[in-house]
Amino acid sequence: MLEWLLAALIVIGAFFTLVGSIGLYKLPDFYMRLHGPTKASTLGVGAVLVASAVYFTFKTGDVSLHEILVTLFLFITAPVSAHLMAKAALHIQVKQLERTRQTHKGQD
Amino acid sequence: MIHTAIMIAYVMVGLAFVLSLARLVKGPELPDRILALDTLYINTIALLILLGIHLGSAMYFEAALLIAVMGFMGTLALSKYLLRGDIME
Amino acid sequence: MMRRLLPHPVLSVFLWLIWLLLNNTMAAGHVVLGAVLAVFIPWLSSAFWPEQVCIKKPLVLLRYILVVLWSIIVANINVARLILGRSDKLQPGFISLELRLQSPVGISMLSNTISLTPGTVSCDLSDDRRYLLIHALHIDDVEAIISDIQNRFEQPLLEIFES
Repeated sequence: MLEWLLAALIVIGAFFTLVGSIGLYKLPDFYMRLHGPTKASTLGVGAVLVASAVYFTFKTGDVSLHEILVTLFLFITAPVSAHLMAKAALHIQVKQLERTRQTHKGQD
Repeated sequence: MIHTAIMIAYVMVGLAFVLSLARLVKGPELPDRILALDTLYINTIALLILLGIHLGSAMYFEAALLIAVMGFMGTLALSKYLLRGDIME
Repeated sequence: MMRRLLPHPVLSVFLWLIWLLLNNTMAAGHVVLGAVLAVFIPWLSSAFWPEQVCIKKPLVLLRYILVVLWSIIVANINVARLILGRSDKLQPGFISLELRLQSPVGISMLSNTISLTPGTVSCDLSDDRRYLLIHALHIDDVEAIISDIQNRFEQPLLEIFES
């Protein structure tokens, strides 16, 4: 039962990591590519890390929680680096897809 | 069971590496390359953790933690470089 | 006295927890050493933390974290579907969101949540901190995205940090 859970977590994690990279490869402009790695890859690695925590907890008998630290760290840093990369891209005016919609609510 | 799952996961993460590398080579703009590097380090963390489970050793975890910290710093420094033209003032 | 000794109680608790997690142990020695570090590091670095962060409603914060974790999972399944589907059908766009939050901590929490959850990434904050520029991977209805962010994430943050 536990083995099935672990196997499922590992495969789901790897799958989301792969989806993040597929997004990075195939989406048409930079701002859209940003979505793949920041969301999918983060959740993918998170799932693999949870699998690792469960695995080592049952293997050694001691509670192994330090994987949670990396997961938390990734969940805090991924949006920050995404924000900075988007800001840098806006700053040097990276091309946007033609059909990108611009909505400014309550501003000029 | 876990062994098979890890083998499948290796293949998937390996493919993810190839796709990110392709984006790193292709560009076309600098932020794309920074994003590709960012994705590469996140994929490396996944690969290291998988290796740790596969070989049953908790040592790989420390490497993953270090890569997480250093990769984040690298992304920050590169983005700051694009924003301001230099890293330190 | 308490204020001088523990200038940032929340930070201290976090440092202590992180120390225990890093060492992956609950041994008495590490509990004490972690506690000493948790008192000393905020005290030594207090010049870098000029403002107090106060969490007014811890229970709302707890519920907020659960809501965010749940929406991360839902959002990821959505984004995975969008990425694996046909990319010429996607309608990306920039939205600028008017902020009701004022505190820097609240704004950074909100923009981090926006980046992690629905198909959106926060891109830039206007200099006067009143507008947040958001990029969305696929827009069906701009109003729906804005009201979703405001009701689900901004409202609890307003209660936690500014009520």
